[in-house]
Amino acid sequence: MDIPRHWRLKKQRYALVGEVCGHCEAKVFPPRDICPECGEEAKTLYQFSGKGEVYSYTTVYEAPAGFEESAPYTIAMVKLAEGPLVTAQLTDLETREVKVGMPVEMVTRKLRNATDERGMLVYGYKFRPVVG
Amino acid sequence: MTEQGKLLTSTQAVGIVGYGAYVPRYRLPASEVARVWTEGTAGLPIVEKSVPGQDEDVATMSVEAARNAMKRAGIDPKDLRAVWIGSESHPYAVKPTSTIVAEAIGAVPNTQAADWEFACKAGTEAMVAAMGLVGSGMARYAMAIGMDTAQGRPGDALEYTAGAGGAAFVIGGADESLAVIEATYSYVTDTPDFWRREGQKYPEHGHRFTGEPAYFHHITSAAEAVMQATDTKPEDYQYAVFHQPNTKFPQRAGQMLGFKPEQIETGLLVPMIGNTYSGAAIIGLTAILDVAQPGDRILLTSFGSGAGSDSMVLRVTEQLAERRDRATKTREYIDRRTQIDYAQYVRMRGKLTMK
Repeated sequence: MDIPRHWRLKKQRYALVGEVCGHCEAKVFPPRDICPECGEEAKTLYQFSGKGEVYSYTTVYEAPAGFEESAPYTIAMVKLAEGPLVTAQLTDLETREVKVGMPVEMVTRKLRNATDERGMLVYGYKFRPVVG
Repeated sequence: MTEQGKLLTSTQAVGIVGYGAYVPRYRLPASEVARVWTEGTAGLPIVEKSVPGQDEDVATMSVEAARNAMKRAGIDPKDLRAVWIGSESHPYAVKPTSTIVAEAIGAVPNTQAADWEFACKAGTEAMVAAMGLVGSGMARYAMAIGMDTAQGRPGDALEYTAGAGGAAFVIGGADESLAVIEATYSYVTDTPDFWRREGQKYPEHGHRFTGEPAYFHHITSAAEAVMQATDTKPEDYQYAVFHQPNTKFPQRAGQMLGFKPEQIETGLLVPMIGNTYSGAAIIGLTAILDVAQPGDRILLTSFGSGAGSDSMVLRVTEQLAERRDRATKTREYIDRRTQIDYAQYVRMRGKLTMK
């Protein structure tokens, strides 16, 4: 059962809640309680702004199980404004061309398509081109 | 009973501290539905309707509207004592949408959370309940959301208009509100004009019966009562916004009540986004708040099939101007649009049988 895993990850998944290091001020995502920059303990929760830019990307045509209905879709490494690099799906793209350096913002969306009409819905972060 | 005695009156004055809208970016022109089902001969009730992306539902759309409302309110989410979502398209039959939204905006765990249902007036129903919670002193702030991804059977009259979108409001004390809610009144009877039975995918409706005895009777009764109780007339309002299942109904309701077209047009979004059900009247209110001036009076009247109307008198305060630019405006959401055809619509809305 995936339920406990999805439940444990909800804060980071729904809202990009990571951590900040009390020693070197580095922002940490995903949260791991140890600062990847200085190796000290980092347990203070930190709400990321959700702003970032595309660092690299690729388009998936042959999707893994649970994602078939959304193929083709684009996955990007997003450099968050606060520093960390996260991997996430890009959404609301349509025919717009993705470019390295393109500004994006976090949105909370359904991560998998509901082909399984009985299972739990899994929500989490994706990124879209900045609105407005 | 006096007219004032019919109002829902809280012991402390309340209002809207923050508001936020959301509309998905896809649009299906009504002419596409007519092309597929009537060889283009049908009259079109709207220009186009909004369609949610494949990864969107009432939970994700409510999260975005709620984030916009929180940006405008500028309050700590931990101070919310309720997150209430009105919809007739909650993603789960059993499991609250509101816990997902409360978690995503950081309002857990010291909060009420529940989903409301009353066809298209579930959003204002949640607003009135939030007014009670704040107005009684039980909570400093409460969030009320109305959001839908409305359903319409392929080829049915509702398929032209059943849209997606809605709005979120942080209700709080009048002294910190960008619009004070001066009065609210609810008019409810048992009138079966539209319904969806348990386990059914698409709703049924009473065709012409949805008009006079349902929509028009409840909207005008509620609006007239709240205007009488507050001793106001249509000319005392800069704006009026009604539930909008199509373009004609709210225009005619406004005319019946004595409002001029220019009082109604700012909040009349149905031609561009369709009928957003629980979100319809209140997303119109957000478009008004995006442009209103201090002192402006607004009449908001929802309608939910089954049937009932909530009617509210709002007055804009000086605090609106500094808060409205903190989040994406309703017109900005409407203007970002990607047109789709009927085949893409069928795929995106899961109307294709894959197994």
